[in-house]
Amino acid sequence: MNGKTTNVGIVIVSHSPLVARGIADMVRQMVGDCVPLAWSGGNVHGELGTDAGGILKAIEAAWSDAGVAVFVDLGGAETNSEMAIEMLGLPRAALVSICNAPLVEGAVIAAAEASGGASLAKVVATAEELSP
Amino acid sequence: MQAEPVLVAGLIEVCRATIADNTDHLCALDRAIGDGDHGTNMRRGCEAVSAEGESLSSLPFPDAVEKIGLTLVMNVGGAAGPLYGTLLMEIGRELRKSEEKADFSQVLKQAIDAVARRGRAHAGDKTLLDVLYPVHAALAKRSPLGDIARKAERSADRTAAMKAMRGRAAYLGDRSIGHVDPGASSCALLTTAICRYLGEHCQQ
Repeated sequence: MNGKTTNVGIVIVSHSPLVARGIADMVRQMVGDCVPLAWSGGNVHGELGTDAGGILKAIEAAWSDAGVAVFVDLGGAETNSEMAIEMLGLPRAALVSICNAPLVEGAVIAAAEASGGASLAKVVATAEELSP
Repeated sequence: MQAEPVLVAGLIEVCRATIADNTDHLCALDRAIGDGDHGTNMRRGCEAVSAEGESLSSLPFPDAVEKIGLTLVMNVGGAAGPLYGTLLMEIGRELRKSEEKADFSQVLKQAIDAVARRGRAHAGDKTLLDVLYPVHAALAKRSPLGDIARKAERSADRTAAMKAMRGRAAYLGDRSIGHVDPGASSCALLTTAICRYLGEHCQQ
């Protein structure tokens, strides 16, 4: 959002606020502040679940003109993330990708890749290499 | 046909009441093959819609339906939010496009196809689509409201024999067989409530 970095942003989405925040902490430890990072965990009341509005806010918070890679845990997290990306609207929606990768390892590896200035396509591909 | 604001307010209320009466039942179905929150998720969504009832009923019908969909997306908090939300948002958009000469069966078909794309699911995958498609078929044949409701209920019951291919239940594989799908069940309950309300309050 602030344009301080041209690195790809990372968003972590989990049904659990604790999981989402914990992974964000791990990513931060790895790459510091040079990658825009945000998380959304839990439903609107902070209980286990996912929240399209919260995910939308997280994408905006981690916004980078280079794009944003989104990492999700289970079913509803993916469906709600797709909904949030749609609500973001074009042209920004085209710069957001949901990664088919394990949540913890995927987010950390993607952030490391992003911190070196890799493109969104490269960040996503590197994380997705982890998928069986 | 009564004025639209009354219709919208009435439909919102019967859907809210039906979900409230069946919250525990829907959670029990979901505990068997999922994460156990379908009832509370749907109740939270319906209560959010109900809280906006007054402003929603002052909108033109297509706008009200689309806004109800968005409210569900923002409040349900599970996969059901984007699925029911997409259904209603698409119905609203299609109705607005077709204006006066809307053939509701066509509109519903477009919206159901959008739900299938959103969930990347097909008929027979043990989802709410296994109620929506038969409801559409009954509507397209101009079946009476009572028959549409019964078809919805029977279709939901039939999901018990299916193996889940989408959602958390898919992780159970064959063990998902023998349980009614919670999303199909809420869909049948809502269809029945809507059909009953329309039968009591509208000329067909």
